[in-house]
Amino acid sequence: MIATATDWVRVCRLDDIVPLGARVLPATKGDIALFRCRDDSVFAVLNRCPHKQGPLSEGIVHGHQIACPLHSWVIDLESGEAVAPDIGCTPKLPVRVIDGEIWLSPTR
Amino acid sequence: MMLPLESATSRERLVVIGNGMAGMRTVEELLKLDPARYDVTVFGAEPHVNYDRIMLSSVLAGEKQVDDIVINPRSWYDENNIVLHAGDAVMAIDAVARTVTARSGLTVGYDRLLLATGSKPIVPPIPGLNLPGVCAFRDIKDVDTMIDASSRYRRAAVIGGGLLGLEAAWGLKRRGMEVAVIHLMPTLMERQLDETAGRLLQRDLTERGIAFFTNGQTEEVTGTERVTGVRLADGREAPADLVVVAIGIRPETDLARAAGLEVNRGIVVNDNMSTSDPDIFAIGECAEHRGQVVGLVAPIWDMARVCAHHLAGGETLSYAAQATATRLKITGIDVYSAGQLAAGEDEDEVVLRDARRGAYRKLVMRDGKVVGTVLYGDVNDGAWYFDLIRRQTDVSDFADRMILGQAVTQAAGGPAALDVAAMPDDMQVCGCNGVCKGTIVEIIKAKGLTTYDAVKAHTKASASCGTCAPLVRQILADTLGIEVSGPAIPTVCKCTDRTHEEVRSAIVAQGLKTQDAVRAKMGWRNADGCASCRPALNYYLLCAWPGEYQDDSRSRFVNERMHANIQKDGTYSVIPRLWGGTATPGELAAIAAVATRYNVAEVKITGGQRLGLYGIKKQDLPAVWSALSDAGLVSGHAYGKSLRTVKTCVGLEWCRFGTQDSTTLGKMLERLTWGNWTPHKFKMGVSGCPRNCAEASIKDFGVICVESGFDLLVGGNGGIELRGTDKLCHVATEAEVLEYAAAFMQLYREEARYLDRTAPWIERVGIEYVRKRIVEDEAGRQALQQRFRVAQSYLQDDPWAERGKRGVDAHEFTPLAVLG
Repeated sequence: MIATATDWVRVCRLDDIVPLGARVLPATKGDIALFRCRDDSVFAVLNRCPHKQGPLSEGIVHGHQIACPLHSWVIDLESGEAVAPDIGCTPKLPVRVIDGEIWLSPTR
Repeated sequence: MMLPLESATSRERLVVIGNGMAGMRTVEELLKLDPARYDVTVFGAEPHVNYDRIMLSSVLAGEKQVDDIVINPRSWYDENNIVLHAGDAVMAIDAVARTVTARSGLTVGYDRLLLATGSKPIVPPIPGLNLPGVCAFRDIKDVDTMIDASSRYRRAAVIGGGLLGLEAAWGLKRRGMEVAVIHLMPTLMERQLDETAGRLLQRDLTERGIAFFTNGQTEEVTGTERVTGVRLADGREAPADLVVVAIGIRPETDLARAAGLEVNRGIVVNDNMSTSDPDIFAIGECAEHRGQVVGLVAPIWDMARVCAHHLAGGETLSYAAQATATRLKITGIDVYSAGQLAAGEDEDEVVLRDARRGAYRKLVMRDGKVVGTVLYGDVNDGAWYFDLIRRQTDVSDFADRMILGQAVTQAAGGPAALDVAAMPDDMQVCGCNGVCKGTIVEIIKAKGLTTYDAVKAHTKASASCGTCAPLVRQILADTLGIEVSGPAIPTVCKCTDRTHEEVRSAIVAQGLKTQDAVRAKMGWRNADGCASCRPALNYYLLCAWPGEYQDDSRSRFVNERMHANIQKDGTYSVIPRLWGGTATPGELAAIAAVATRYNVAEVKITGGQRLGLYGIKKQDLPAVWSALSDAGLVSGHAYGKSLRTVKTCVGLEWCRFGTQDSTTLGKMLERLTWGNWTPHKFKMGVSGCPRNCAEASIKDFGVICVESGFDLLVGGNGGIELRGTDKLCHVATEAEVLEYAAAFMQLYREEARYLDRTAPWIERVGIEYVRKRIVEDEAGRQALQQRFRVAQSYLQDDPWAERGKRGVDAHEFTPLAVLG
């Protein structure tokens, strides 16, 4: 995925998301879930579990993974792929944290 | 239209009539043996791909969708170059010209023909069967008819109390209809069950709201425009808007008979599954082998393997009928039978009844061997008995123990566990998810699995009710050729090798007060833990250090973090506490106002005597709670592993049988215990007399009022695994009821594993232990209740008021907006 500088939008401050927490950004193509991990890395994926479309933002964050609240599928936030043995993928969006602010590239 | 009889390739032409389970299983087996031998053409009367007919009852009951029961999708036919004519029934076979002709006029030539036409429902010779609203229970179309009727009509009658009829009745009941079953014989399922088990089954189904007309000879289906009911020969009548005829099936033999094949009850086949014409084979329910026709799947799989072997040019395999086993697919009712149902001459019956558990089992023995079994209620030993029947194991040295089951018999040196190596590949291991032994072995080998958890995750075997877990372990051990040890004591999760008990005692003994400290001291393999251990650790710390440990919302499952239950569409439900199930007009008005203002999709009276508001958007939750708070309503904790509800009857105040004021006592219990966090949900009930209208005997803590005081009951469960309570003790005063309740709840809080309900916890530690701690040790009881009250002083803060009024956790409810 190639995104040019003009594609980036500023979404919120890092502090707007509690550690090991998530926030939802409503979007026309489907809500986006932003996750903040223990190491303050931030990931953005479509807020829809590949299994039964559960809202991933409501799950439990651990490591760089999120457990879906509906049926406990685990999604790897680095790749968007479900962790074995489950098979599926949720689209991932590029994110940057610059000076405590979270920037997102909505290009998909 | 006539297609050229010579195929473009040099392959032989196999035509299969019947796109059902038997026919396609044979094709699958054939493709495994010799995929290039035939050009395969399949004709099916139904306009569908191949599906699992056995699971139609699960579709009817709403547990599965039609898509879930497809065995081979369209792509399977394409990938294997199989030409499928679905919805085009074959009308004639010309065995001389070796062609078949379908309804559409299509004629196709064959070198080999396979008849897998199955069976058709038996239709009784009575008037009224052509009325709208009458159907059989055989295919997807019938299920559609029933589901449609259940949404528009109220009453259903099922003619036939056999396996199929009862599954139809249960499915319709699940879909909300009033259901009556008319059965010709005195007891249900008489072909699979003996009289006693049939009666137990009828009793349990009656309790679930199905009405029975046994000894019922149907004389007429009544109605003019549409069915209105069923009239019996003895004058009884069952009104009905839907009539399902399920009195049995008969082999579908019309085509074979017209083609001049030898037909008796079914199409006569020999041991290699060929008919009187050696190029025509027949298999499944339409076939008759040595005078027997079959209607169960296991022997049909055997037939398919033999038939495919011969179609592929083999000459060695032959089919021999085996004992078969039956299991009824009605959620929560366990019935199992195999082999012979009753003793004949030179045979003995051994019967065991356990009235308290509603369990019954019978073995039929001959010459020291088990030849039949009927199990009701507890069917865990079914597979073991069935294996002994099939292998004709001599058990004469253990005859007196056999009835007590595998564990007891083996302890006395009896026949070893099920010999999984000898189990046929198609023997079903997991009834819930329909997984056979062969599938499990294949996946273990293909994916190189070595642990039980991995096998469960990949195959879904034992992933639902778990009954078959020991069998899955044995299969894994057998496949790997090693011993796989059972779980001694479960660890908290895969992040650690420590057990729940080790972690809990370390938290207290070593003064560990944060999750990070626990994970560091107890050898966790990662920093954050996982979605299984985080909520457990959070609870253990909360319980050990009340007022000191800060509850970690990031370690709460969504429902407990949001203080509302997430629904499948991502909306939430809100259920305010109605103390003891009572409400004032003002509270009702406040609930109604909220429901109107926030466009609540549904208001439902819950099973716990409260009002549930469903379909509330996440961002509306704080405002909804604020409005409810204004009327004095608090969270009902219907989302939590916590005190749920205290169910009460009206008691002495109104009821002519009431012995005590059960409603007020219920409210006192609820005021004492609300807001508490427990290892799993905790329910209470208070009944004003032994008639027990508040169902106290299936609660975690139940009270039954009697003239002389109160009987206290613990460890009941009305969920997946029904368990009646154990009696804890009898007390004389309300104050004692409250004291014992607090002490019991604290013992459960401190000693049960996270996600243990009280029922499995008591099963594990024994009711004697609980009595010793709560009843016999008075000082201990006082200390427990004291610790409970300390915890409550920190926990009884309404989470809805905090969020609705005081803005706690506002970020949870507000979506982000792009800053630009």
